[in-house]
Amino acid sequence: MSNQTVLYDAPGPKARRLTLIVSIVAAALAVAGAYFAIYRPLKRNGHLTMELWGPLIDPGNENFDQLWARLAEGFRGTITAAVLAIVCSLLVGTALAVLRVQLRTVRTTPGVQVLISVLNWVTRICVEVFRGIPVVITIFFVWVGLGKVGAHDITIPLSKIGLDDLVIPTLLYTLVLGLTIYNGVVIGEILRSGMEGLPRGQREAADAIGLSTFQTIRLVLMPQAFRIMLPALISQLVVVLKDTSLGFIITYAEILRVARDTIQVLGNGIQTYVVIGAIYISMNYALSKLAEYTQRRMARARKAPRQPGGGAQPPAALAAEAQIPAGVPIKLDD
Amino acid sequence: MSALFDNLDLFAKGFWLTLQVCVLSAIGALVIGTIVAVLRISPIPPLRWLGTSYVTVFRNSPLTVVFFFAAFGLPALGSNAEFLDVPGLNLIFVRLDYDLPYFRFAVFALSLYTGAFVCEALRSGVNAVPPGQAEAARAIGLTFTQNIRHVVLPQAWRAAIVPLGSVIIAMIKNSAIAGFFGVVGDLSQVGYDLVVQQGVSVLPVFIGISAGFLVLTMPLGLLLDQFERRAVKAR
Repeated sequence: MSNQTVLYDAPGPKARRLTLIVSIVAAALAVAGAYFAIYRPLKRNGHLTMELWGPLIDPGNENFDQLWARLAEGFRGTITAAVLAIVCSLLVGTALAVLRVQLRTVRTTPGVQVLISVLNWVTRICVEVFRGIPVVITIFFVWVGLGKVGAHDITIPLSKIGLDDLVIPTLLYTLVLGLTIYNGVVIGEILRSGMEGLPRGQREAADAIGLSTFQTIRLVLMPQAFRIMLPALISQLVVVLKDTSLGFIITYAEILRVARDTIQVLGNGIQTYVVIGAIYISMNYALSKLAEYTQRRMARARKAPRQPGGGAQPPAALAAEAQIPAGVPIKLDD
Repeated sequence: MSALFDNLDLFAKGFWLTLQVCVLSAIGALVIGTIVAVLRISPIPPLRWLGTSYVTVFRNSPLTVVFFFAAFGLPALGSNAEFLDVPGLNLIFVRLDYDLPYFRFAVFALSLYTGAFVCEALRSGVNAVPPGQAEAARAIGLTFTQNIRHVVLPQAWRAAIVPLGSVIIAMIKNSAIAGFFGVVGDLSQVGYDLVVQQGVSVLPVFIGISAGFLVLTMPLGLLLDQFERRAVKAR
């Protein structure tokens, strides 16, 4: 029922009048509610003064430049962690998906077969466990665990090839590692269900022309799984971006952590969080729209069969079966 | 490994508190989500906009930010979330009646945040109801409210169970953040306290805490798989 208007008739004169009245009443109630429940208490408690908002929105304020320089720094921290975590999660997820599909399909001598089914179970349990543990807990324990073994900054000596040495701070790779463990597993499952949802004929054809298991996965299954699961993968990017804010807990200097420090100086908690919330919402909104757009484009591509005989049928069947992993926002076309 | 068994009572207490946060937030999120979902499919445009903006805001902001808003915003509005201290309910969930507001803040933030996802899950259920059903209901003259109540929602629930379950599982996992926002004695705070304050070795504590969460999330996940398989077969 994607067309919502099926629930009610096109409004006639009476319904239109009613709609108008209810709209006006609702709007009035919303404005009154906002005024009495939000504006008045904020005003009373002095949260609407320029003293608190100025550093954030008034370029003439003495603290404006310094504050935004700090916030930009935190923002860079967030983006760095998010990009690294996404890249690592994609790599780990792809490897995991390949491993799991390969373990399921490979057929060898009985002795090796036992080993393979054991491996199959081990990976399966790892996936279930790391998918079931909150990502905060994973990040936190990676942090204390690495602290106990005395992890320190990693320096990649690029000076030999004429560049500056690349230093990866401990907290950065701790956060990336924690995020990768969780999201790698989730992305692995997205890709695996994409590959296993493909029509059997794909694999049989690959067998028939003599491709090995690995070649089949690399050349036939994986490219299709990536394409089909692209919307789910982009939604997962939103999750990763949101989860970088957990770096706050392990004192990684991302935007919320930096904001906490500035708030301690300027005392403008709510004001700063409003601004940061707005930044997060616009970034994630753009990403979600991108996911919806890709989904629509693919739905369109699906409707136009490229070859007679309904060659484009399989993905439609798959979309219904594709499992939505926990934690992935469910995307709907509006 | 003895640290795991020595602190078993702490883990059990933490599990109990986490369960309380989860149950209360799940109720809150289901109520909020249902209201927002009805707003989003209602015939009145401003109500639809309200629902849509709610979902956009809460689905796109990190839970950490929502928690900050609960912890900073509510006191700024002159409230310590006492409205959650429902008489009767606070006899079972004694933390609601606590002088420290962090438990209530956690429930408040988790309910608001998860409500947006519940709304989307319900909407996906409504979308799964064949259009012919609503058309037939309209053809026999049911109004919008009757249509929703007697025809669409009863069928939407069935299609919404699996996405709703995923949302609840995600919420259980998200509840771990509460321990880092002032709630004392839930699973994650117990873990933090044992490892950081008391210097207990990391691995046993990690196993204890993880087991607590897995006991909550895994059975639900398996149940959902079962549901899904049955639904696929029925099709």
